[in-house]
Amino acid sequence: MASASTSKYNSHSLENESIKRTSRDGVNRDLTEAVPRLPGETLITDKEVIYICPFNGPIKGRVYITNYRLYLRSLETDSALILDVPLGVISRIEKMGGATSRGENSYGLDITCKDMRNLRFALKQEGHSRRDMFEILTRYAFPLAHSLPLFAFLNEEKFNVDGWTVYNPVEEYRRQGLPNHHWRITFINKCYELCDTYPAPLVVPYRASDDDLRRVATFRSRNRIPVLSWIHPENKTVIVRCSQPLVGMSGKRNKDDEKYLDVIRETNKQISKLTIYDARPSVNAVANKATGGGYESDDAYHNAELFFLDIHNIHVMRESLKKVKDIVYPNVEESHWLSSLESTHWLEHIKLVLTGAIQVADKVSSGKSSVLVHCSDGWDRTAQLTSLAMLMLDSFYRSIEGFEILVQKEWISFGHKFASRIGHGDKNHTDADRSPIFLQFIDCVWQMSKQFPTAFEFNEQFLIIILDHLYSCRFGTFLFNCESARERQKVTERTVSLWSLINSNKEKFKNPFYTKEINRVLYPVASMRHLELWVNYYIRWNPRIKQQQPNPVEQRYMELLALRDEYIKRLEELQLANSAKLSDPPTSPSSPSQMMPHVQTHF
Amino acid sequence: MLGKGVVGGGGGTKGPKPSFVSYVRPEEIHTNEKEVTEKEVTLHLLPGEQLLCEASTVLKYVQEDSCQHGVYGRLVCTDFKIAFLGDDESALDNDETQFKNKVIGENDITLHCVDQIYGVFDEKKKTLFGQLKKYPEKLIIHCKDLRVFQFCLRYTKEEEVKRIVSGIIHHTQAPKLLKRLFLFSYATAAQNNTVTDPKNHTVMFDTLKDWCWELERTKGNMKYKAVSVNEGYKVCERLPAYFVVPTPLPEENVQRFQGHGIPIWCWSCHNGSALLKMSALPKEQDDGILQIQKSFLDGIYKTIHRPPYEIVKTEDVSSNFLSLQEIQTAYSKFKQLFLIDNSTEFWDTDIKWFSLLESSSWLDIIRRCLKKAIEITECMEAQNMNVLLLEENASDLCCLISSLVQLMMDPHCRTRIGFQSLIQKEWVMGGHCFLDRCNHLRQNDKEEHQRQLSLPLTQSKSSPKRGFFREETDHLIKNLLGKRISKLINSSDELQDNFREFYDSWHSKSTDYHGLLLPHIEGPEIKVWAQRYLRWIPEAQILGGGQVATMSKLLEMMEEVQSLQEKIDERHHSQQVPQAEAPCLLRNSARLSSLFPFALLQRHSSKPVLPTSGWKALGDEDDLAKREDEFVDLGDV
Repeated sequence: MASASTSKYNSHSLENESIKRTSRDGVNRDLTEAVPRLPGETLITDKEVIYICPFNGPIKGRVYITNYRLYLRSLETDSALILDVPLGVISRIEKMGGATSRGENSYGLDITCKDMRNLRFALKQEGHSRRDMFEILTRYAFPLAHSLPLFAFLNEEKFNVDGWTVYNPVEEYRRQGLPNHHWRITFINKCYELCDTYPAPLVVPYRASDDDLRRVATFRSRNRIPVLSWIHPENKTVIVRCSQPLVGMSGKRNKDDEKYLDVIRETNKQISKLTIYDARPSVNAVANKATGGGYESDDAYHNAELFFLDIHNIHVMRESLKKVKDIVYPNVEESHWLSSLESTHWLEHIKLVLTGAIQVADKVSSGKSSVLVHCSDGWDRTAQLTSLAMLMLDSFYRSIEGFEILVQKEWISFGHKFASRIGHGDKNHTDADRSPIFLQFIDCVWQMSKQFPTAFEFNEQFLIIILDHLYSCRFGTFLFNCESARERQKVTERTVSLWSLINSNKEKFKNPFYTKEINRVLYPVASMRHLELWVNYYIRWNPRIKQQQPNPVEQRYMELLALRDEYIKRLEELQLANSAKLSDPPTSPSSPSQMMPHVQTHF
Repeated sequence: MLGKGVVGGGGGTKGPKPSFVSYVRPEEIHTNEKEVTEKEVTLHLLPGEQLLCEASTVLKYVQEDSCQHGVYGRLVCTDFKIAFLGDDESALDNDETQFKNKVIGENDITLHCVDQIYGVFDEKKKTLFGQLKKYPEKLIIHCKDLRVFQFCLRYTKEEEVKRIVSGIIHHTQAPKLLKRLFLFSYATAAQNNTVTDPKNHTVMFDTLKDWCWELERTKGNMKYKAVSVNEGYKVCERLPAYFVVPTPLPEENVQRFQGHGIPIWCWSCHNGSALLKMSALPKEQDDGILQIQKSFLDGIYKTIHRPPYEIVKTEDVSSNFLSLQEIQTAYSKFKQLFLIDNSTEFWDTDIKWFSLLESSSWLDIIRRCLKKAIEITECMEAQNMNVLLLEENASDLCCLISSLVQLMMDPHCRTRIGFQSLIQKEWVMGGHCFLDRCNHLRQNDKEEHQRQLSLPLTQSKSSPKRGFFREETDHLIKNLLGKRISKLINSSDELQDNFREFYDSWHSKSTDYHGLLLPHIEGPEIKVWAQRYLRWIPEAQILGGGQVATMSKLLEMMEEVQSLQEKIDERHHSQQVPQAEAPCLLRNSARLSSLFPFALLQRHSSKPVLPTSGWKALGDEDDLAKREDEFVDLGDV
C-alpha cells in the first residue's frame, strides 16, 4: 500500500512519469523490447536524435514513433530519461534552425503539446532525418488531415471491465427518482431529430407534450431546449439546462417557451419565481442579441428572475491558459510569481465558475426555487455550472463511478464539443474553437478536493489521468462533439472506454481519506485566499517543482491503515487460538465478526 | 509556565453583572432593552490577576453569514487581559472542554496582544491614544495575533465608557515598568515546580550540564567546550551564563571585549562541521584601538583556522542579508491583509489578493531566509565547512538563521521537545531582545521602530517560530570585522552554483542525508500559512474541510490502532475478554472547520459564503471577451 517505494518515485519528472504510466496502464512491456506497445500499436520509425531537455540540457537518445506515441530513450549512460508522449497530445510541430545554422545537429523540431509542455529535438542533417520525422509525426499526430483513423479505432486493448456500461442514462435518472409525477423521460430525440447535439433520452416536465417541446426547440439556440439535469431528492427543486433564447434585436417572444419555463417552475409546487442563471457577463448576453440570441427578459418571463454570472467566453479562457503556460514552462517565473499568476487571470476565472456553481447549488439546496442554467449554446459554461453544482449537491458524484457518470452525462452526452475544443487529430492549432473548458472544470474539481480532502473517493491521479486521455486519443470516451456523431461512428463498439482502464485498476485512483457522507452539500470557498494553481498538473514537467508524493500525512495514514489491518489479523488469530483453548465457544462474546464492524465503521 | 492549573483559579472575582444575548441588530435594540434577561457570567482570573475596570451592556459584534449581529455583555480589563463576558459562555463551554490547555478564551485579549485600538466617532475610524476628550461609540481592537474585535459602547453608561476606554488605553499603551509585567505577580501567586530531565523536557540551557548534554548529543564535545566564564553575568549581561566555545580558546579572551569577537558554538553537524556565531567588535575610530582589535581577531582566527577545525566561512548577516527594517516594513504591510473589519473588505481585497501579497514582500523575505539557511546547510553538509554567522550583537538574524539551519539538519529539532529546546537555546539564551522587539514595555518613542519577524517554516512542517526585532542604532551595518574577513567569503557565483546543485540533487533524489530536510523555495511553493493567518476570518472558513479534515482522520486512525494494540496486549497477558470500547473522544471531522482549533465555529448555518465584489477589468483581453463563442447560424430562425 503506502510503501516507501512509491515515495521514492517523483511522479512528476518526465522520466518517472512515463515509467509509472506504462506500468500503471498495464501495458505489456518486455524490458528487452525498445518501446512499449499497446495491442494495435505499430512501430513506424526510429531515429537517433538529441532531446533538448529544458531542465537538464541536451540528451542523446533514440526516438521511436508508433501510430500512437513518441517514445524516447536516452542513449547516455548517466541518464535514464524516457519520454513517452501520446501523439494525440501534440498540437503543433515546427521546424527550427536548418541550413543557416551551424553545427551538425542544428536541424531542430519544436513540438508544442496540449498538456503544458514543448518538446525540442535536434537531428542530423544527413539522410533528411528531420524531414522524415516531421512528416511521420505530422501524419500520425494529425490523422484526420491524412484520412487516417484516430488511434482509438486501432486500439485492441482488452480490460476486464467494460467502461461503456458505466453510464446508462435511464438508470441514472432512476437513481434520481425519475420519472415521477412531474417529470417524464421522453425519447423524442431518439434519432436526434429534435436536437442533434443532445442525447436520446431527455427528462422534461410531465405536463409538456412532445409537440410543446418541438415548438420550444425553435426558440432555443441549436434547439437545445431546457431539460432536467438534476432533481433534489427532498425538496424536488431541479437544475435545468438549455441554450440561450433566440430573442434577437427585435426582442422576439415565444409563448411556448414562456409557458414551458412556467411549467418547470411549478413542478416543485413552489410559488416563488424560477431562477435563471445566465453564465455570461451581461454585456455579452446583450451583445448576443445582435446575432439572434439574447436572454429572458422580465417583460416576457414574469415568473422568472435572471442573474448573470459573469463567466467569460472560450476565447478568454484559451488566452488565460496560454499565459499560465508562459509563466510556468519551461521556467517558473520567480521574482514576481504572485503578480504574474494574477495577470493570467486563470484563478480568477476559476473563482467565477465556482461562485456561479455555488449559487446554483445553494438555490436548489435551499428549496427556494428551481434553477435554469444557460450560456450561449449551453455546452461550455453551462456544462461547467451544472456539473459542479451537482458535485456540490450530490455525494454520489464524488465517488469514482459517480464522477465518471457525471462527466459522461453532463459533458459527453449533452454535447460539450470535445472534438472542437481539443482538436483531436486535427492539425489546425490556431482554430478559434479550441478552448480548455473541460480542463477548467477539472481544475475546479481539484480545487474542491483540495478544500475538502475527505469528501472525494478519487485522488489527484484520477483527475490527471482523465486529462491525459482527454488528449491521447487512445480511448473513444472524449472523441467527437455529440452523441449523434458518436453513434454514427459506432464509438462504443469500435473503441475502448477510458473508464475501462480506470475501473479495472481502481485502487490506484482512490483517496485513502475518503469518508462517505450522504446528503452533505459541499460549498467550497471561492476566495483567492484558498484557490491555488494546480502545481502537480500545470508544472509537473519541471523536476524542480514537485510536491512530495504521496504527501507526508497521506503516507503516514497509509502506514497506519496497514498497521491496523495487521493488528486486526493478529487479533483474529489470537481469538481463534483462545476460543480453541477455551473450547467453550458460546461464552466467548468477542468473535471476529464482532470485531470487524467496529473497524469498518469509519469507512 | 503560564497555563497550568488555570481554569477556575481564584483571583478576586467580582460579583456578577447582568448581561444578555441579543441576535438583533443594534439599531433595533431600543425596543428590546427592557427585556434584559439576567444571567450570571463569571470572569476567570489567573492566580495573581486583578480586575481593574469594567463596563456593562457592551455590544460585541459577531460576524456571521456576512451580516453582523451583536452579543451583549460585560467588557472588563484586568492587569493581564481585556475580556468580554458575553452570554455565549454556556454554549462555548462544550467546545472549550476540547482545549484543556487553553489559557486565553475566545473573548480574551491579553494586554500584550493588543496591536492597535481604534475608536469610531460619527462613523469615522480614528486611532486612539493618550488622554481622550471625546469617547467613541465603538471600539475596534486589532490584536497582534490578527484577531479583530469590535465593541459598541452606545448602550453603555457614559461613566462606564470613560472608565473602560481610558483603562484599556492606559493599560495597553502607557509605558510600563518591567516589574509591573503581569508574569511577576502570576509567578508569585502560582506555584511552579517542574522537574527537568533533558530527555523528556525542554532543555533550558541555563546550566553547564545542559550545554554539555547538547555537545554530547551533537558530538561537538571533541572540539568545543562549555565555559562558565560568564557565571553571574560577570563578563557580559547579553550573553548567557554558560555557553560553548572552541576548546583551545582561552577563557580570558571572552572578557577582553565583553564577549564580542568570540566565536560561540551553536550546533555541530554529524560530519564534524559546526555552526558558530559571533558578535562584532565595537566600531572604533582610534587607530591604536583598531590595531588592538586587529591583533585580537587574528589570534581568534588562528585558533579556529587550524586543524582540527574545518575551513571557516563567514556569513555577515548584518551587511549581506535582510535588514531588520525591511522585515518590519514587510510584516506591517502583510499583517494588514488579515486584519479585516468586515465582509465587504474581505471580498474587495480578494480580487487583487496575489498582488497585495506580493507587494508586502513578506513571502519573499521568508524565501530569502530559507534560502540563506539552505546555503549554510550546503556549506556544512556538502563542503564540510564551519560557518560563522556575524552580526552586531549576534542576537537577531543570527537566531533566525541558526535555528532554521538546525531545523533543516537536525531531526531532533523537529520534535516538540527539541523545537522548544531550540527556541530556548537560540532565541532565549541567544539573547534575542524579546522585551524590546515586542515592545512589551510600551516605550512609545520607539514604537514605530518596532520590528517583528515570523516564519512559517517549511512546506511540510509549518511550525511557528517568531522572533521579534526592534530598533537598532542607525549605523548598524559597517564594522571592522566584516571587512577584515571578507576575503574569506566565496564569490557569489560559485556559491550560487553550489547551492543550486545541492538543492536540486536533494530534491531529485530521495536519499536520506542524515535526516536533512530542505524546503522548496520556488515561487509557487511558498504560500501563505493559512492556518495561522486566516484562522479568525469567517469568510475564509471551509466548513468540514481544510487540512484539519485529514489530520483528524489521521488521529482517529491512530486512536484505533492504539486501541487494537492494547487489545492484543491484553490478549497476550490474560485470557480475559476485552472490556467495552472506550468512547471515541474525537469529534466527527465533518463538523470541524478549517479554522479549527483556533476560532470556534463562527458560522452556524451551512449557507455558502459568496463573493460580493465583481470582476476586474481584463485589460488587453477585452477584444476576446466581446467575441462570440460560436457563430450563430440564423438560417433556420
